[in-house]
Amino acid sequence: MDLAIYSRRRRRNAIMVTASLAATGIGLAWLAVILFGLFWEGFSGLSLKVFTEMTPPPGSDGGLLNAISGSLIMTVLGVAIGTPIGLLAGTYMAEYGRHDKLTSIVRFINDILLSAPSIVVGLFIYQIVVRPMGHFSALAGAISLAVLVIPVVVRTTEDMLVLVPNTLREAAVSIGLPRSLMIRNIAYRAALSGIVTGVLLAVARVSGETAPLLFTALNNQFFSPNLNAPMASLPAVIFQFALSPYKEWQSLAWTGALIITLSVLALSIVARALAASRKTS
Amino acid sequence: MNVASVSTPIVAQTPVDQSALVPKISIKNLDFFYGDSKALKNINLPLYANKATAFIGPSGCGKSTLLRVLNRMYDLYPGQHAVGEVTLDGENVLSSRLDLNLLRARVGMVFQKPTPFPMSIYENIAFGIRLYERLSKREIDDRVEHSLRRAALWEEVKDKLAASGLSLSGGQQQRLCIARTVAVRPEVILFDEPCSALDPISTAKIETLIDELKEDYTIAIVTHNMQQAARVSDFTAFMYLGELIEFGDTSKIFTSPGDRRTQDYITGRFG
Repeated sequence: MDLAIYSRRRRRNAIMVTASLAATGIGLAWLAVILFGLFWEGFSGLSLKVFTEMTPPPGSDGGLLNAISGSLIMTVLGVAIGTPIGLLAGTYMAEYGRHDKLTSIVRFINDILLSAPSIVVGLFIYQIVVRPMGHFSALAGAISLAVLVIPVVVRTTEDMLVLVPNTLREAAVSIGLPRSLMIRNIAYRAALSGIVTGVLLAVARVSGETAPLLFTALNNQFFSPNLNAPMASLPAVIFQFALSPYKEWQSLAWTGALIITLSVLALSIVARALAASRKTS
Repeated sequence: MNVASVSTPIVAQTPVDQSALVPKISIKNLDFFYGDSKALKNINLPLYANKATAFIGPSGCGKSTLLRVLNRMYDLYPGQHAVGEVTLDGENVLSSRLDLNLLRARVGMVFQKPTPFPMSIYENIAFGIRLYERLSKREIDDRVEHSLRRAALWEEVKDKLAASGLSLSGGQQQRLCIARTVAVRPEVILFDEPCSALDPISTAKIETLIDELKEDYTIAIVTHNMQQAARVSDFTAFMYLGELIEFGDTSKIFTSPGDRRTQDYITGRFG
């Protein structure tokens, strides 16, 4: 045995382990710094007022009520529009057309859509919704979010349905179950937690999007439930306030960022817990 | 038992009275293809009503494929097709105009791995019943109980009908699947190696069950277990490399097979 070969291998191994750990450490360190900064600045501005008052004019006190409610309305609407489309497309790909050429084409395009810059989506909706309507609107904002939701839901729905074993489909079909009922009652049920996880991930993804909203819903100084008018949203308000020279606005921007981060974090945890429960059941 | 060597399984069935036999399913000149490869070659065979027919043969001989032709299960997958004639009570099963859902309601199937639906024990059975019949809650309850009794599972699950079907043991799950199949009142039941994933006790229960089910149903069973074929079937078909080598009375196949390959297989010389 040549010990020199062995010790050289050990040295190389030590170097690789150190390099990998360092890379992980650098990645995590930035995340920690960002989170620390966010918590530090965000928590100091957090108060009941944030949830009960409108965004203030420069130089005075206020909250983020219109932005929070706007974000909620547009996210819920966007997910409500995007989820059925994504669910049905994913169902087609996994159940009806699994071996079709169309499915591989759709999957390829969907993957591109999945990684398309959201500002492109915003411009696209600006062109096909905002311009014909003649003004910015919450509806246009919701539609642009829906376009971002669709590829996420398509992807997870297809993946989760493909994981449902064929033996279960055969068993369902073997008692005379038509395919549509088999999909609704057996395949969806078996894949339910995975599909829900996908929808939650889609919510997490769109709730922090700014670019598509800037081109579509714009912003609004006041609370408005009108879908046909511009609507405020947390990301847009953060964008506007963070760039402003006013102390109060900057502080609110930090608080808004904290609220989004915490919501996304909570959603991700729920999604992960659901995915884990899927594995054990 | 003339050829009987030590390894020849004991045949429990008495020879069948040939005159009283009615073919429920007739298979004529059947070829089957996976894409371009031919998996079944010119199969000719009857499945007699209220009898159990066992399909034996080494892995890949086409026994499961043949079973999956009888309820057109292969239709779920592209590139698979059958040529020839399979009739169920005189009606061509391979016809493209046939309603597959109705066919499968008449020809039930139990699989190798237990496949309970992701729902409660009760729902696993009630679900299939509601597909084709409009019954009151009471009638469905009765049918669920009857089916579970039929599958010798009632005593074990009667207090936890709302529990998930997936919470049962493997042997119980398989009996749940049999109950589910029986509940839709098929005429034929296909068993595709129903015991290969089960322990000996569960296997014995299911074999007893199959024996009882013959009274009401026509049974076809694919098995790798020679003893099982000998115990539960009236007729046996030995298949090899996609061909039907020999078909006949189970007692005859296991005691004086006509073909050398059949004898080699049942005595454990290959396969």
